[in-house]
Parts: sequence; structure tokens; C-alpha cells
Amino acid sequence: MHSSTANKATPETISFVLDGEVIEISDLDPTRTVLQYLRENLRRTGTKEGCAEGDCGACTVVIAELDDSGDSIQVRAINSCIQFLATLDGKELITIESLRGKDGVLHPAQQAMVDYHGSQCGFCTPGFVMSLLALYKNNAAPTRVEVDDALAGNLCRCTGYRPIVDAAMKMYADGSQREATGDWLLAAKGAGAEEQLQDKVAKLKSLRRKTSLAINRAGRRFDAPRSIPELAGLVEGRPDATLLAGGTDVGIWVTKQHRELDDVIYLGRISELRTISVSATHVDIGAAATLSDVMPVLGKYFPGLEELFVRFASPPIRNAGTLGGNVANGSPIGDSMPALLALDTTLVLRKGKRQRELPLDEFYMDYQETAMEQGEFLEKIRVPLLESGTYLQSYKVSKRFDQDISAVCAAFRVKLDDGLITEVRVAYGGLAATPKRAIQCEKALLDKVFERTTIDVAMQVLDRDFQPIADMRASDQYRMQVCRNLLLRFYLEITGDQSTRVYEYGRV
Amino acid sequence: MAVSESPLSAIKGSVGSSIPHDSAHLHVSGEASYTDDIAEPRDLLHLAVGMSERAHARIKSIDLQPVRDAAGVVDVIVVDDIPGENNCGPVIHDDPILAPNLVQYVGQAIFAVAAETVDAARKAARLAIIDYEDLDAILDPLDAVEKQSFVLPSETLTRGDSTRALESAANRLQGRVHLGGQDHFYLEGQIAMVLPRDDGDLFIFSSTQHPGELQALIAAATGKQAKDVVVECRRMGGGFGGKESQPALIACIAALMTQRTGRACKLRLDRDDDMKMTGKRHDFVIDYNVGFDSDGHIDAVEFVFASRCGMSADLSGAINDRAMFHCDNAYYLPNLSVVSHRCKTHTVSNTAFRGFGGPQGMFGIECVMDDVARHLGIDALDVRRRNFYGVGERDITPYGQKVKDNIIVELVEQLHASSGYVSRVADIKSFNAESEILKRGIALTPVKFGIAFTATHLNQAGALLHIYTDGTVHLNHGGTEMGQGLFTKVAQVVAEELQIDIDQIKITASDTSKVPNASATAASSGSDLNGKAAQAAARTIKGRLSRFAAEHFGVAEADVVFTCNEVIVGDRSVPFKELVRLAWFARTSLSATGFYKTPDIHYDRETFSGRPFYYYTYGAAVSEVIIDTLTGENRLLRVDILHDCGKSLNPAIDMGQIEGGFIQGAGWLTTEELCWNEKGELMTYAPSTYKIPTSSDVPVDFRVQILESVANREETVFRSKAVGEPPLMLALSVYYALKDAVSSVAGDGQHVSLQAPATPEAVLNAVRALQYPDETQHA
Repeated sequence: MHSSTANKATPETISFVLDGEVIEISDLDPTRTVLQYLRENLRRTGTKEGCAEGDCGACTVVIAELDDSGDSIQVRAINSCIQFLATLDGKELITIESLRGKDGVLHPAQQAMVDYHGSQCGFCTPGFVMSLLALYKNNAAPTRVEVDDALAGNLCRCTGYRPIVDAAMKMYADGSQREATGDWLLAAKGAGAEEQLQDKVAKLKSLRRKTSLAINRAGRRFDAPRSIPELAGLVEGRPDATLLAGGTDVGIWVTKQHRELDDVIYLGRISELRTISVSATHVDIGAAATLSDVMPVLGKYFPGLEELFVRFASPPIRNAGTLGGNVANGSPIGDSMPALLALDTTLVLRKGKRQRELPLDEFYMDYQETAMEQGEFLEKIRVPLLESGTYLQSYKVSKRFDQDISAVCAAFRVKLDDGLITEVRVAYGGLAATPKRAIQCEKALLDKVFERTTIDVAMQVLDRDFQPIADMRASDQYRMQVCRNLLLRFYLEITGDQSTRVYEYGRV
Repeated sequence: MAVSESPLSAIKGSVGSSIPHDSAHLHVSGEASYTDDIAEPRDLLHLAVGMSERAHARIKSIDLQPVRDAAGVVDVIVVDDIPGENNCGPVIHDDPILAPNLVQYVGQAIFAVAAETVDAARKAARLAIIDYEDLDAILDPLDAVEKQSFVLPSETLTRGDSTRALESAANRLQGRVHLGGQDHFYLEGQIAMVLPRDDGDLFIFSSTQHPGELQALIAAATGKQAKDVVVECRRMGGGFGGKESQPALIACIAALMTQRTGRACKLRLDRDDDMKMTGKRHDFVIDYNVGFDSDGHIDAVEFVFASRCGMSADLSGAINDRAMFHCDNAYYLPNLSVVSHRCKTHTVSNTAFRGFGGPQGMFGIECVMDDVARHLGIDALDVRRRNFYGVGERDITPYGQKVKDNIIVELVEQLHASSGYVSRVADIKSFNAESEILKRGIALTPVKFGIAFTATHLNQAGALLHIYTDGTVHLNHGGTEMGQGLFTKVAQVVAEELQIDIDQIKITASDTSKVPNASATAASSGSDLNGKAAQAAARTIKGRLSRFAAEHFGVAEADVVFTCNEVIVGDRSVPFKELVRLAWFARTSLSATGFYKTPDIHYDRETFSGRPFYYYTYGAAVSEVIIDTLTGENRLLRVDILHDCGKSLNPAIDMGQIEGGFIQGAGWLTTEELCWNEKGELMTYAPSTYKIPTSSDVPVDFRVQILESVANREETVFRSKAVGEPPLMLALSVYYALKDAVSSVAGDGQHVSLQAPATPEAVLNAVRALQYPDETQHA
């Protein structure tokens, strides 16, 4: 691997910014992770490996990149342990070593962690500081819930978190005394440092490619096409290539399963594929749009999905991971699919120039098997908007509130007309080999009066729809009981005024 | 939360001041160096371990050729390549480094491979072709009891005549509860790097709580002697007991490979492998039989503890002893019998974990208190209070130690008032009456925890102190830093003793060549032991300086007073560093060792009697929870804690131990579930499946107080108290609050059967058992 600052970009060279310098690498192992590069090549050992699967946050770094306008930058925390270095092309990487000022003075996020005793063993601390930095740059006055969410991807085993939450709340006070320095890193969201910001924008703009990245290193390929036609051509020509979007799953194939990915096509550089558009009838979500970008839009049109989104993985995973990846992977435990099934979502699939639209509930064939054809890829996800008189909720049940995999994930949609159920969708994840609708249960509800006796009957028929699995997340009996009870919860929430969710308590 | 402080003097870092952790500025900047961050020698080899895929099997054959042929592989070792003793077990030598022809758990090390890169080593380790002949595997402690499969003989502790007292008791109850284990989930996984030194000597960097033991085990495995091996550890990224005995396996493998190849070797376990290969907190099955009067006074209890020790003894003897010693918690039990089975199962050998059996013992008696209260229909706190140890009466423990420092009654009364317990119980009752689906619950539980290693000989410590001619100090002691702030506290002690600012003291890595034969940093005893040893060293040098000053300036030694970076000598004031320079010039030794052994403790393991503990630490917590009776999901709403630290050496650091220990305990009892499948494979071996608490699990309303400066009645270092382990057990209140919430779906007098950890599934099972008592219960 070679790095230099001279601009001799070729289709095989990636460039990114680190501490104000442009780093160029032209002999890159396509599945080398950002963490490996930092620790082994640069010997920047402040970033730690805790789990190598994106679940502990010890490896958290911050990525800055041009936002949609192209005139400002977006700052997001990601897990460097499962992020391939090649995906940094055109971006700025900020690590824990970037934070301490030239004068040796600590960043406000760091100083607050010292002042409020936020570190004990210190191993998780750099990761926490990086998540705090992302919070600092994106939220000028977070609530406790927002702090908890910002830290949901960082595990600490020593402190019990209280002092870290204190540090998160208090870091702004220290920052406000220092933002006058004009240092962009020191300025919290909305606090200026305009000049440095424009420098950063200019530097990132200068990294824009003239040709698409196409690494071919000893027969191992990594392509990052920049348009849908270009992608379509590559996928048709190399139908066995691994399509890489956020890499929150593919990264683990490499770090945990030691799989050799010899042919990777990266979707993250195609701006059309990251677009989210809303029409009068539906929301269209590009397959490579990150969960962090998708969720606010879906949350706006489908308020019943709010809790699901808060609990979906963690910010670093949502910042990298895509809704398209969650759907296309076909995992039985993807949290988005029950809701998308309940919404009659369709998928726009593409092969070459041919597009076809397929209902999501015809997409999953069997365990991790989909209706995708050879050479075909997911282009967008089309979610119909709700009609009036419609109720939608999605629920997730897991051992832990944040960043856990569902034992059961459920979504319900009913349309009521004068108390009668005129349209109904019931969908579950975590129960079977694929996420799927509960057809028998839907039948038991359709055209019935929306009342407790109807619900009781529908709860009982769910065992005709599912024979749940038993594993380390839950037993089969528990899954069945909960899948029934969540339908009851849905009913109680629509018809009653009682709270049925513990998570509404003790959160501010 | 502001932490109050009461420094003893005006120097920086005085005892009692809330200074930050000595490495805090390095933690936050990523500059704190952990074992994997140490600059690697150029020819370093990376190791990986080939692990057993079977729980119990004879190895018929191993084909390692594919491993040797893999790209980048330099060497492979199996059991026959060990020149010395094939053991990494700390007490009984029953823990092989590499499996002989028999494997006894899934994940057991069979061979190790050395390669040029981490990736190459890990890939190669998967390529061995091993032919196993499966043997019957025991995967459950109850199955082990049935088959009389034990790693150590069962033990019994008795007081009075429990059989007769049970027979004559007005009320009797029996119960069984399953209490899960816990993975340490230190954020830094197990790791060691070994460097070859002159004449075959070995230098080991290890993330370990017990460098001295590592030194001995490595020497034995490599056929060397202690003098040939040096172990160093500057800091660990968390330990919690998981790095007391467990690092030996990792370090021994790396040392063996260095010995063989002559090259530096590093073994860093991947998280999955770490969780599969290393021991955890013992899970227990607790059976009890209790007799009590109509007010809830306990007449007699009989316990049978069956604990999963795994495939070897490791530290299980002492752990289960401590469980027995803590089955009284804060209660006087006039008639008691505890039978402790140390079950041998074909699972990973369980080990030390914060509390060291104490939490399991306490869990048992708290279960008794709770069930008695529900049976009688009285508040569980009332039953607890009625059974507390007395002062001057009812104050002898079942093992014969007099409880001389009992403050539990006052402490609980104070917390009872400050937490608004009475009105909250009433609020919860009315909430539950109104709310159909969600139910709330509350519990106050006490903690009394014995401080000292129960093995008396381990209660010793050493320190080494140098003062240089510029007046700065090099401090070393046998304790290790795992985040608990030990190094900071010991430096505060030395600063206080020498009356110099703490920034004049260099805190240095634990190192077997500086302080020999140190005990593990464990049993909460780190600052008690090492603080005293360092204080002794400081006093030795201070004495020499005083004598020199008296002689040099012609005053009485009593007129030499060290204060705030100065030394008052008669009517003149000499800067400390100036006195040091003068003393050196006059050929005064400025280096000293210090030694400490805990006084007054003795204990006869044959009879389970004596004074195993120097003193007790006390605390209590009130937890309030809410549960969903449709899904079992639950949430911790408010916690009030009052905890005893004696005269705290550093209130901020002690607060960190209290809060952190509590949340770790709450995780153990709620979300942290270890699951094995029928093949004996651990299914929860990564953070994706094993769920420790996150920030959002910590209650917003979290009120923690350190008991106002109550001096330890024993002469501990500056009258402080140990704080590492006891707060973990405050989290029992979370479990019992959940049980309280569950009980609200039925009337008084109903038995609540809630397994621990109280996952949503366990809570829902307990709820449904009350709602539908006739329905067949889930497993």
C-alpha cells in the first residue's frame, strides 16, 4: 500500500483527507478496513478494536463528506472496524488523534469527559469521544434521549454511562468559550468557523473524481460506478460480484467469516441511488440511501414507525447501512421489512436497461433467498403513502432497548371504515425463515368489526401463519405469545388511552 | 451529579480529593497505550488458536498439514511441543494450555498457529482436520449433581440445627431459582505479547490482573524459573475478574511460541473467540427451604447451591466459598445449612467476576426474604429489616465472625427516608390498580460484603518507591490498573504521605521485576493492600529524610514536619526537592520498598470458621421499574443508592465504582443472557447476541450518594473502605423490583417464579404463570 500527497489519481487510486492532508493510496487491498489501515499502516492506535462487528463502538471514527447541496459538509460517526478503506474515497476521515489541538489542548468533548470522570479503563473512550464529536457537530443542545441515541452504538463496561451523559450535556459550555478560535472542530453545530468550513468544502470538491474508481489488484476487483447505467452494466457483466452498500453486513463477512471477496461493486458513489423522493402517492427510496437519511423522511409520513427507527441498530450503523441493504439481504431479522410489508411496499429491480416492479411480499423466497435474478439489482424501494382512516404501527421486542436484534418485530396496518376493518396487513420478522405477512391472521381481521373479540380470534390463528424458531434471542413459545400480544397492543393503542409501552416512561 | 470531596491537605491530589483518573487525559485522546498499542518488534509473529468444536470428546487424530501449508504460516504447536508443564490453572493444575487427547469444552485450545499477519494466522487456524470421538457431555449443573460430577468436593457450612428449627417453624417455604452467569465483556479482549530476551529469558506484556501468577505459570510451561520471566502491565481495558486467571492461557501460548521460534509473538483473541474460550461468572441453581414466624423472622434456612464451574477448578473453590459466606448478606440466620456443589460441566471453566460468588450467595437469601414477605403479604423491606444483624447481639455470622462494624440499620433508614420509599410504594399500588397492561414495582435491598481474600496468605502487598535528586518520585506496587483508579488512589496516598503534589509522582506499570510475588488485584482489596504498602515505603524514606534534616539542621526529629511541598525544619522551611538534594549529597538512600499484610484475619477452611474478613462494606439501593405484561419488556425508572466507602480516598473514583458496578449488576440480572445449545456451544459469543447495558438503560433519575465520611473502624489506609465489588450487588434491587412488579398481577400470598436474568421472556413467563396458573409452563 502506498500513500502520498501528490495528486496522481488513476482509476485505481483512492484519495481522502486526514488531518488536512490528502492521502492517496494506489495499491489497495479492496477489503482492507479503515481500522486495519489506521492501526497497522499509520500506527494511529487511538482507535480500538472491541468486537470487529460494529456492535461495541470502540472503533468509532467520524466521516465528513460533501452534503447533498455540495456546498457544506455532513458529519457522521461510523464503525471503522467494518468499513472498507476504499469507501473513504472522496471523503474526510477524522480520528481521535485529529482532535487534540496543535496547542495540546483537548477538544471540548475530550475535556468534558475528563472533567466529569467519563473514563475508567479508557478503552471505549476514544470511540465515545468520536460519537460525542458527531453529536457536537450535529446538535447544539441535545436532550437526554438524543444523547442516549447518539451513544447507542458505544458500549462502556466500567462507568455505568452517567458521567458520559453528563459530559455530553456539558461539553457545549466549554466549547462555547473556544469556538472563537475559528477552528471548525471546536465549533459546535451552528457556531461558525465558516472559513475553515469553506476550506474543507473546497478540499473535498477537489477530490471529485474524473473517472470511476476501479481497483484491480491481483485479480481482486473493487468498482465504484457513479451512475445507474454504469452500475447496471457492471452487474450484468459480473453477476456474481458482491454488491456493497453500507457494508454493515458485508464487512462482517470479512472480519468474522474470513471470506475473500474478490469482486466487489460499491453502490455508495451513485448519487441517483441515494435519492429519496416523495410524490403524491408514494415515497421512492434509492437502494443506497442510508438509514440515517431514510428514517426522517419515513418518520414524517409514517409516524407509527418512530420507535422502530430510534431502536434500529445504532447511529454508526444507520449512518453507513442502507434501507436497500436491509431489504435486499433478505435476512429474517431485518427490522425494516415487517413495516415495509405492512405498507405494501414494492421493489424496483433493474437488469441492464430493464426495470421491473415486484411486491415486497413476493421478493422473499426462503432463508436468505430472494426473487432477484442473475445480473439484477435493487434500484429503489417504493412505499405507498397512507390513505386517511389508516392506522399503522411497528413494534420491536428484544432483550435490550437499543441496538439489539429483534426476537419479534411486528407491523400492523388497518383501514377502518365506520368501525369495520376494510383493509389489513399484519407482518412479522424474527419468526420464520423470512419476514412475512400473516395471511390467516389478516383473513380473520378483514371485514370484521375492530373490537376485542375480533382481535382475540385473530391472535389465536397466528399459529397457522407461523411456527416460530427458537434460538438465543427467545424461545418459540415466547415468540408466538408475543406475536399474538403485539396485535393486542396495536388494538389497545388505537382504541384506548392507556399506555402500553414501557419505553414511554422515564425518558426525557 | 456533583461529587463532594474533603481533601486532607492543600497539596494537589490530596487524599480525599476528587481528582480525575491519572490517565483520563490519555484515555480521551487515544494516547493511553494498551497491550495491542505497544510498538511491535519488526519480526513479530501473530498467533491464533485452534479450538475444539466438541464439548467432550477424545481426539482420534489431528491433521495439521493444511494449517502448516496455509499462506504466511511460520509454525504450529500442539500439546507435545510444550517443554514444561501443560497447565495454566491457578490453584489445582487441571487446566491444560493445549488439550491433550481429550477435549472438555467447545472452544478449548488444541493447537496454536504463528503467522506473519493476524489474518493469516486466524484463517489458518480454521483449516485443521480433527477427528473426534464424542463422549457423553454434561452441560448443566443439575445434571452434574445427578451424576456426581464435581471439580472439587462439595462443602457444607452449618450453624445451629436447621433441621429441627425448620420442623418447629410456624411457616415453611421451599423454592428453586435459576440464576444466570455473566460474561465480563471487558472492552479490551485478552492479549499478550512476548519478547525474547537474553539467554532464553522472556518478557511478557499482558493485560492481566495477576502478573505474578502469569510469571510462575509461564516459567513452569516453558521449563524455566521465575527469575527468567518478567511480566509487565501498564493498564487493562477492563478486567472485572476476567483477567485474574484467564490471561494465563493466552500468555502461555504466546510464550511457548516465542521460546520455540525465537521471535516476538502476539496473541490477541478475536472477540468471538474470547467469549468462547474464557470463563465467566458462575451460574447457580439455588434451592432453599426456609422456616419463619408470622412476622417474617427467619428461624432457619437450608440452601443447596449447584454452581457451574465448567471443566476445571480454576478459582471455583474460593468463589463458591464466598457464595457460602455471603448467603447471610446482612441478616442474622440463627439456624443455617448451606451445601455447595462445585459442578463439573463440559463447558468453559468459570472464573472470577466482580463479587466472586458473593452476588450469587446474596441473591439466594434475598430470594428467601422476598418469598417470605409475599407469602405473608407484608412489605419485603419489613421482612428484611426484621432480620438485620444486631449491634451487640445477633451479630455472629454463620462462620463465626463477629460483625463489629454494623451500620446497615442506620444506612437503610437513611435511604428509606431519602428515597421516599413509603409514598412511592403507595403511588405504585394506585398506578397498578389503574393500569391494565403496564405494572410498576419497587424494592430496597441491602449489601454487606466481606473485605479480604478468604485465603489469608493472599492478603499481602509490596511497593517500591524511588525519589530522584530533583525531588520527583517513581512509584510502583504490585497492584494492577484495570480502570478502577487504583494507580490514582495509591499515588494520592504517597502524595499525602510525602506532602508533595501528585504531579511530582510518576505512576508506573505493574512489573514482576520491581515488586515480586504480588497477589492478584482482586477481592476489592487493591487500594487497601497496595495503598498501605506504598504508604509504608513512603514512610521509610520520609523517616530517612527526617533524620537527615534533624541532623543537618540541628533540630529534634520531632521538629521536622512535611507539609505542602515544603519541609518545616525547626523555624525554617525547606522546599521538599531541596531537602532531597541535600539528603542525596549526604549519601542518604532515597529508594525503599514497602510491605503490608492485613492484620487480625484468620480462617480455618476445614471448619469454615474464623475471621476471614477484615471488615465489611455496606450499602443499599432502591430500584423502581415498569414492566409490560404483554411482552415482558421492562425498564428501570429510578434508582436511589446510599453506599459506604469509609473515608473515601477519592470520592469521584468511588462514585464511578458505585455507579458502574450497579449498572454492571443490573445487566447481569436483566439483559445479559448466556445461552448454550444442546451441543454445548455458546450461542451468545459477541455483542450482537450478548447484550450488556447501553446508555439508554441507565435511569434518568439516578440518585447516588456516598455515605457521609464514616471512618472505617479498622485501621485501613486513611480509614477508607474497599469499593470495587460491593456496589455490583446493589443491583439485586433491580431484580427484586421486577419481581414486585410481576407480583402485582396476582394477589398477596402468591409465589412469584422469576428466573434471572429477568429478560423480557423471563418476565412474561413469570407474569403468565400468575395469570394462568393451570397452563403448562414454558421451559
